[in-house]
Amino acid sequence: MSTPLVELRDVTRSFPGPPEVQALKGISLTVHDGDYVSIVGPSGSGKSTMLNILGLLDRPSVGEYRLAGHLTGALDEDTRAAVRAQRIGFVFQAFHLMPRRSVLENVMMPMLYSGTVRGEREDRARQALERVGLGHRIGFLPGTLSGGERQRVAVARAVVTRPSLLLADEPTGNLDAATSADVMELFEELVTDGLALIIITHDQAVARRASHRVGITDGRARTYG
Amino acid sequence: MTNHLASDVPPAGTGDAPDVAPDQLGSKSPDLLHTVPATDRFSFTDLLIEATSDLGTRPGRLLMTLAGTILGIGALVATIGFAQTTAGQLSKQFNAFAATQIVASPAQIRNAEGNSVSTGTLPWDAVQRMERLAGIEQAALINEVPLQDGTVAAVPVNDPSAPTSAPPRIFAASAGLIDALEGTVRYGRLFDEGHDQRQDRVAVLGERLAGNLGITRVDSQPSIFINGIPYAVVGVFGDMQQRSELLDSVVISTGAARNDFNLTTPGDVQARIVIGAGPQLAAQTALALAPDAPDSVTIAAPQGRSNLAESVQSDVNLIFVILSVVVLLAGGVGIANVTMLSVMERTGEIGLRRALGATRRQIATQFVTESVILGLLGGLLGATTGVFAVIAISLSQQWTPVTHPLVAIGGALLGAVVGLAAGSFPARKATRIEPVAALRGG
Repeated sequence: MSTPLVELRDVTRSFPGPPEVQALKGISLTVHDGDYVSIVGPSGSGKSTMLNILGLLDRPSVGEYRLAGHLTGALDEDTRAAVRAQRIGFVFQAFHLMPRRSVLENVMMPMLYSGTVRGEREDRARQALERVGLGHRIGFLPGTLSGGERQRVAVARAVVTRPSLLLADEPTGNLDAATSADVMELFEELVTDGLALIIITHDQAVARRASHRVGITDGRARTYG
Repeated sequence: MTNHLASDVPPAGTGDAPDVAPDQLGSKSPDLLHTVPATDRFSFTDLLIEATSDLGTRPGRLLMTLAGTILGIGALVATIGFAQTTAGQLSKQFNAFAATQIVASPAQIRNAEGNSVSTGTLPWDAVQRMERLAGIEQAALINEVPLQDGTVAAVPVNDPSAPTSAPPRIFAASAGLIDALEGTVRYGRLFDEGHDQRQDRVAVLGERLAGNLGITRVDSQPSIFINGIPYAVVGVFGDMQQRSELLDSVVISTGAARNDFNLTTPGDVQARIVIGAGPQLAAQTALALAPDAPDSVTIAAPQGRSNLAESVQSDVNLIFVILSVVVLLAGGVGIANVTMLSVMERTGEIGLRRALGATRRQIATQFVTESVILGLLGGLLGATTGVFAVIAISLSQQWTPVTHPLVAIGGALLGAVVGLAAGSFPARKATRIEPVAALRGG
């Protein structure tokens, strides 16, 4: 059996109070390359906390998190930043695009930090935009795009560095049903390329498209398949 | 233990090697980070591009941000420029006369009786020697002719009933003395080198003496009698601000004085010089006149600006510099405020960059660089404004604008320093923003 890409073991995350809040309580999760995992739960259940830990934006209070077999708890801040740049892609509900930069510049931005070969950056950004169907919008500013197009720019930005793990936090939360379906199809294509996708949603229709579903309630996880 | 965290190179975006993480999976786990050549890491060029990309997107805010620095640096550069310009101007106005005269005399010592005696004499060709020096405009010999119990009269008759009075002083001079002293000819003319060489008995009179002697015109060829020797009065001079005693004196040529009164030494050299040449000529003249014994010559030369002028100027400068620094501080606070506002506005961007792999140091450097560029831009515009202000006001006052180039360059760099200082705190604040919180805020 190959080394899991993501391995959470009895992860607890507490926020000191008062009152102290335990957002995650003994979560364990294993994700392999090419897995498509949806994490479903109501607001405040701990979904985002879990995603932050998986994205190395936060640390567990108790338990261990291994990424590609490496314990992440002992990594210093700079190394965690480098791992994020090279191994992890993020897609956010609010897109988080730079409003005064063109679509192409937005997609090129992660490559500043990932160490992508300098001469290849623009070509790779163009390819990523072609892949999400926005090759004709590269010079546009994000504000001139529709919600679905903006989210596709965000997806292009997330995958342009060829990460092994893509984390999506409510990626369809601001989109209508048809646009959501387009974006989900795009995600599924990426998964077939071997990318591991973990998507947080409270949209059951989105969650059902995943190969593995994890429900979180009150900080505790339950796997459905 | 094998390090599978990364190959033996620093991670992307950092200049440091990562710490080795405990790896309990052994050699089965793949490397977490791939090799990044130095050429592909976040470079200074990347930093400059990131720091300047958004600068011009809000021109109004940019201008407001720069206004304080432009005013501060502009005021500072203009103050220093005005100080330098008015320094030249004050020299002209405070010392217009004193600054243009130099006198070379034989050095004096006191003898056993307490009287001053000369230690030597100047050469007869002293004028020619001095006029070779740069900065000398006109030089002339001048020496008082001793006239013990002598008489000076406008008529040859000795009137025993006339009241006794001291005779006027007689000076022997080379041609060019009146010009050297910036005097003017009231009427008639001055004697020239030809009169001097021919030892002609010609005299020019100070205007007060001429009045006392009743000589009001020279076209009737009046004469005066010095110890009974007739001298033709060829002219009358006035406006003798440098040596007003000459207005009551007779000036005859050196040649005639040597012939008629046994003048044995040329006396002093009086010279008119260009403004500002005093200190330099003070050092050169003694050597030119007595190369073998420069100490035997005493030079009285202007040493630059008067203490009064210096004092007035320094007071004015101090006030302006204080005002400029206050304005500059206000400019710095302005940049700090706008940078802080920018940090707060761009919390989402900071969170995004951190999520995309930017380190805290890269975030801090970007904000500091933006601030330094703002300061530099403000400094450049301010220095330009200051220089133009000096030029404009100087032109309107018909002054000569004077500003050292380093003042303008220094002003621009000072703007960058203000930007650096103003951006440091907001940049530190930016590094403390946690990406989780920043991204949640949208």
